[in-house]
Amino acid sequence: MAEYVIKAEKLTKKFGDFIAANAITFEVEKGEVFGFLGANGAGKTTAMRMLCGLSKPTSGKATIAGFDIYRQTEQIKKNIGYMSQKFSLYEDLTVLENIRFFGGIYGLDNQQLKSKTGQLLHELGLEQEAKKLVSEIPLGWKQKLSFSVAVLHSPAIVFLDEPTGGVDPVTRRQFWDMIYDAAHRGVTVFVTTHYMDEAEYCNRISIMVDGKIEALDTPSGLKERFNAPSIDEVFYQLARGAKRVE
Amino acid sequence: MESVNAESLRKTYGREKLLAVDDVSFSVSKGEIFGLIGPDGAGKTSVFRILTTLLLPDSGTATVDGLDIIKDYERIRKRIGYMPGRFSLYTDLSVEENLDFFATVFGTTVEENYDLIRDIYIQIEPFKKRRAGKLSGGMKQKLALCCALIHKPEVLFLDEPTTGVDPVSRKEFWEMLKRLKMQGITILVSTPYMDEATLCDRIALMQRGHILSIDTPQRIINAFPDHLFAVKTGDMYGLLRALQSNKNITDSYAFGEYAHVVLPPSGISPEDVQAYLQQQGVAGIEWRKADVTIEDCFIKLLKV
Repeated sequence: MAEYVIKAEKLTKKFGDFIAANAITFEVEKGEVFGFLGANGAGKTTAMRMLCGLSKPTSGKATIAGFDIYRQTEQIKKNIGYMSQKFSLYEDLTVLENIRFFGGIYGLDNQQLKSKTGQLLHELGLEQEAKKLVSEIPLGWKQKLSFSVAVLHSPAIVFLDEPTGGVDPVTRRQFWDMIYDAAHRGVTVFVTTHYMDEAEYCNRISIMVDGKIEALDTPSGLKERFNAPSIDEVFYQLARGAKRVE
Repeated sequence: MESVNAESLRKTYGREKLLAVDDVSFSVSKGEIFGLIGPDGAGKTSVFRILTTLLLPDSGTATVDGLDIIKDYERIRKRIGYMPGRFSLYTDLSVEENLDFFATVFGTTVEENYDLIRDIYIQIEPFKKRRAGKLSGGMKQKLALCCALIHKPEVLFLDEPTTGVDPVSRKEFWEMLKRLKMQGITILVSTPYMDEATLCDRIALMQRGHILSIDTPQRIINAFPDHLFAVKTGDMYGLLRALQSNKNITDSYAFGEYAHVVLPPSGISPEDVQAYLQQQGVAGIEWRKADVTIEDCFIKLLKV
């Protein structure tokens, strides 16, 4: 039987009269790469904040890595990793200091930190840059580093919010290699993106429109159902009908 | 007639002389849509800031609408519209106040040039009393474009107008640009999205301050030197590992639901690769010839 690490049932968040997330229901399996798509303003960020234990739902249920999103938010935070394009690393700390800081926060002891840090720097080829400030290294490296930092504590799930915005096409693919590697190690990956070709790399994707999940399937399943040659076209068919402008 | 001409522009920053723009030369004809395509840190914004007279180059020269960017900077500023990557309207003024303000600063009125912005403005008009800071991302973008257009500029500079914008809104934005082009406005636009390159008349592919290639999208695509194929199986991860293990294959990488396989003009054949994949235990291969895209060209140029 499949092991689910995210289970959401009729998860709803209202801000006054505004229903940002409207009864969303879905499950994500262990080790799955799950793409969470939607137009600007569709409710992705609201949903993601609830799943990370940062925002209390108005109604509905969900468990993340087996923990309840109402009562066990601290356990959730310990068992997930999070990376966004906007914030991920401290620019005025060095590469090494960032790794130690985040490792420390997630409760790694000195012994673990030491071995993980060495391994990570080696894998990323960043040994020479270890003592450089993060502000001095190129964006592509920063993004790879922040992904590695987000999975340093071997979380059950890693949430990636538009992780590849603005990076070149070669680095973007190296980044996806890292995502695949993590998924093969059993880390569940929950990712948002505006690159529709990246949606094709996911095992399954959901598309949100006006607060609701309007479609959820494998990329090929969605293309078949909407009779579309690409996910771009599926997205266009669904999001074109959106009433809500961010 | 040339609308923009840049020659050997160079710009460094800080005491460490970090090279942001490295010997950049190009020209843009009147009424053209010219795209600077490249990732963050490629130097796109620096080039725009030099051409809009907000930043001095270390060396090199440039003209905009026939005027020198250093000597004639005041005259240039009257003739261009600039939409920076970061939202920079007055957040505590309303939509209509912002528009009025920019019209007044440029010595004109909203009524005088309303034709130019009508298509875009009617989409935000229902919110004209709202403060700009309270608008959604998409509406901010439309207001910024209106403000950049209200004095009927000869040349419009748009710095990453579609970054972080969803695919539907991106399509709508490019439709707006096409309509502006028909009015004879020259448009320079920068973007990190490779799929937007084909919407430009001509493009410069940029990386780390350099122009890697400059031409029409079609000619850049035609210049792709290798054979390109698209392959699909049930297991993309295994497929890529297998492809990357064969050193005779020039390059291979994920491309949407397919993997793209780049083979040299002469050498290993498609049949050889398919046989190799089967030998490696990759089953159920779907193999076809692929159309080269700008993204393939960019990847090629980055790896040369």
